[in-house]
Amino acid sequence: MSNETHRNEWPLWEVFVRPKAGLDHKHCGSLHAPDATMAVQMAREVYTRRQEGCSVWVVPSSAITASDPGDKDMLFDPMEDKVYRHPTFYELPDEVNHM
Amino acid sequence: MYTQAMDTGPKEERKAIRSAEEAELERRFDARIDDAGFIEAKDWMPEHYRRTLVRQISQHAHSEIVGMLPEGNWVTRAPTLKRKCILLAKIQDEGGHGLYLYAAAETLGVSRDELLDALHSGKAKYSSIFNYPTLTWADIGVIGWLVDGAAIMNQVPLTRCSYAPYARAMVRICREESFHQRQGFDALNVMMREGTDAQRAMVQDAVNRWWWPSLMMFGPPDAESTHSAQSARWGIKRISNDDLRQKFVDATVQQAQVLGVTVPDPLLKWSEERGHFDYGPIDWAEFWRVVGGNGPCNRERLAARVKAWDDGAWVRDAALAHARKQAIKKEAA
Repeated sequence: MSNETHRNEWPLWEVFVRPKAGLDHKHCGSLHAPDATMAVQMAREVYTRRQEGCSVWVVPSSAITASDPGDKDMLFDPMEDKVYRHPTFYELPDEVNHM
Repeated sequence: MYTQAMDTGPKEERKAIRSAEEAELERRFDARIDDAGFIEAKDWMPEHYRRTLVRQISQHAHSEIVGMLPEGNWVTRAPTLKRKCILLAKIQDEGGHGLYLYAAAETLGVSRDELLDALHSGKAKYSSIFNYPTLTWADIGVIGWLVDGAAIMNQVPLTRCSYAPYARAMVRICREESFHQRQGFDALNVMMREGTDAQRAMVQDAVNRWWWPSLMMFGPPDAESTHSAQSARWGIKRISNDDLRQKFVDATVQQAQVLGVTVPDPLLKWSEERGHFDYGPIDWAEFWRVVGGNGPCNRERLAARVKAWDDGAWVRDAALAHARKQAIKKEAA
């Protein structure tokens, strides 16, 4: 690919949609747009054609820092043996077990 | 949407594994596939898996975009305002489906411009069904009923594809696709029930022309399919071309009876023994002729697509120039 075409490709944005008031914005995909205003407009056309949302966030893909999949074991496995963080770990007398 | 079993690309040789480390990575990758796990964009994957997916997902995306052309032909000529609105909504969906799929392909490290270059230069394929002309209004109904119907059969198994960004795009597409098939059947049903004899004959003529190309959408017979075994191993293809084709025939023949049209196959007949409809031989020479670039509309479709892209270049450039100017202004302020 020539530098010329690469320079003229619109930047990539990640799109987050809030399905309805009271719920979180959820990542639903990405799109190319020249700027933030156009990215919002295009996100509406591409991802909410059937009232899938009531609010849209767009974020330049280049602005996202992600954890490295190679670090998955190091980052997330230590939580596996910490069962005491869950309420079901504790056995209480029947009379108060609804606590 | 619209895939045909996308194994029409060049046959690629698998590279020999280079190092022990890579062998271990591949072992873990295979284990995850065997475990029905998903592969995400940043995960390690064999180069051949990546290339297979880029080819399949981009061919699929191209099919969506080129698929807008035969229908766009009828927007101004749809018989009522209701049908015009429906057709516009369907075409907009196809554009949207193309965008979901291009985005999924781009997660594999290929740029949108590279993908479009491949389409516009004729290097990449798209579903050959779109190289047939839409001659009458009944063709638009039949495309919804048969072509989208075949596409849905092809696509539902792809929602469980091992490559997660593709699978997620397919979930969204399948959810939207059902309307495409139903509106097509509905348009035909109105003509068959309330139309004139000439309109009913028009529906039958459209079915006659689209039946065999629709069966070809499932791709070559399993015995001749070059990529199927590896794709099945990798969880990219879950049901074989011939099995999907049979499923489509069984479902569609009954729908044709409800509609009151016949299927143009003198050998079509229910087989008590197999529990399926038997159907006549498919003209694979025609399939390969159309895939090879010599269908009725190949040149016209590609030329229309390239013209749209070229004519829009000044808009894309102006939007980008404006965005850059605004960014500089903001920085200076």
